[in-house]
Amino acid sequence: MSATTKPVNQKAWFLILPVLLCVAFSAIVPLMTVVNYSVQDIISPERRVFVGTEWFAAVMRDEELHAALWRQLTFSLAVLLVEIPLGILLALSMPAQGWKASAVLVLVALSLLIPWNVVGTIWQIYGRTDIGLLGAALQSMGIDYNYTGHASDAWVTVLVMDVWHWTPLVALLCYAGLRSIPDAYYQAARIDGASKLAVFRYIQLPKMRGVLMIAVLLRFMDSFMIYTIILLLCFILYNWMQRVGTTAKEGAGHE
Amino acid sequence: MNDKRFQKRTLFLIAYLVFAILPIYWMVNMSFKTNEEILSSFSLWPQHFTWDNYKTIFTDESWYSGYINSLIYVAINTVISLTVALPAAYAFSRYQFLGDKHVFFWLLTNRMTPPAVFLLPFFQLYTTVGLMDTHIAVALAHLLFNVPLAVWILEGFMSGIPREIDETAYIDGYSFPRFFLTIFLPLIKAGVGVAAFFCFMFSWVELLLARTLTSVNAKPIVATMTRTVSASGMDWATLAAAGVLTIVPGAIVIWFVRHYIAKGFAMGRV
Repeated sequence: MSATTKPVNQKAWFLILPVLLCVAFSAIVPLMTVVNYSVQDIISPERRVFVGTEWFAAVMRDEELHAALWRQLTFSLAVLLVEIPLGILLALSMPAQGWKASAVLVLVALSLLIPWNVVGTIWQIYGRTDIGLLGAALQSMGIDYNYTGHASDAWVTVLVMDVWHWTPLVALLCYAGLRSIPDAYYQAARIDGASKLAVFRYIQLPKMRGVLMIAVLLRFMDSFMIYTIILLLCFILYNWMQRVGTTAKEGAGHE
Repeated sequence: MNDKRFQKRTLFLIAYLVFAILPIYWMVNMSFKTNEEILSSFSLWPQHFTWDNYKTIFTDESWYSGYINSLIYVAINTVISLTVALPAAYAFSRYQFLGDKHVFFWLLTNRMTPPAVFLLPFFQLYTTVGLMDTHIAVALAHLLFNVPLAVWILEGFMSGIPREIDETAYIDGYSFPRFFLTIFLPLIKAGVGVAAFFCFMFSWVELLLARTLTSVNAKPIVATMTRTVSASGMDWATLAAAGVLTIVPGAIVIWFVRHYIAKGFAMGRV
């Protein structure tokens, strides 16, 4: 989207029309519904009261929500602090070509393809001290580890789980950024006698800035929004379904 | 390449791969055990090797239909995403038009919205139009985050193709559809592969929308797996086997697009 020499052509709107229709159906209509609900108190489908910004005020003042938000924020920042450097390192150490590159790519991407609830289940067993590899290994090293007993252990476990699950995404994005650097840049750096660090700082990092931005945004949004809002929404949805007399189908109760 | 430096990197890579593979190995390991063995003892490999868990899944209709349902809606979603994203990405990469940057940014913001926000409205919308519990419903709902992503990836790839190619084709008398299908599409094959991979991945692992919008006929595998909690506790072994099988389709997809990912990434943005 950078070149300024692109011809102006209003007919291009026809080309993006299908996308707009699709997204309108799956984004605008639902979004309007959410906005509509947020300003009403729905007692039953027939009886609704317009309450304006009352809900927003309630949410803003809710102590419990504040505490949850803070916890979430710390978690998201920790996730970013670990995943971004680790992802960059991983991308730097992945082989550039040959069958090894393909093999490593497939292995690295594997954990991205596991559905959320399976990830949770694996780690639940994996972290158990009696029958799980991780728990047993830590225990045998003399670390008193027990994720059901200690809150901090649980926190670290969730963090490690997120790192395990999502670092590949950061790594893949950075890898893409690295591969787009022409060889000439490296040659020029070698002639100038630049150190590895200088190459990273002045060539690789600037070239990765675009993809890193996206990686940070995606990870921050996903780690921050998803868990809090899922829990909140499931609760709200559940209540709502009970009010309108629909039986809350399975899946509304928990993640 | 400095030798010592090289070794350090390889060591780090191997260490990470071990970290990445171990939980998956543990699941594979569990899937070949019986429930009693999982819960009673700790062993690095199955002592009483058994295929029973996989047999359960392949013979019980409620299990394998989950896989079929998931594959159907993921396939529909990937096809729709790519079909609508291709012309749009072309428009964004080739032309200027009123509000192009705004529309592009607005599309990306959709990718950033947590799907959970749209849960309730989707439920109502699809109930109203009678799409509940169909594969189409889930496929359409997943368009929310896959279409923006596909447009964004494809736009990056298309911008890497020089515009002279388009102009030459038009001078040679190609019509737009013919040019697009016979010349342009083969050029951005790699981009289509990468976009398809990401669409597949995000649609495959999405759980919340898929589970809310279906109940019986289109129930995805991720929802079926919650069934294993029964009176006698968790059926860990079957769950592990089902988990292993959820990785298989994805692994096959990566295998097919691995060259595109390795090479094609160089041109694209992702």
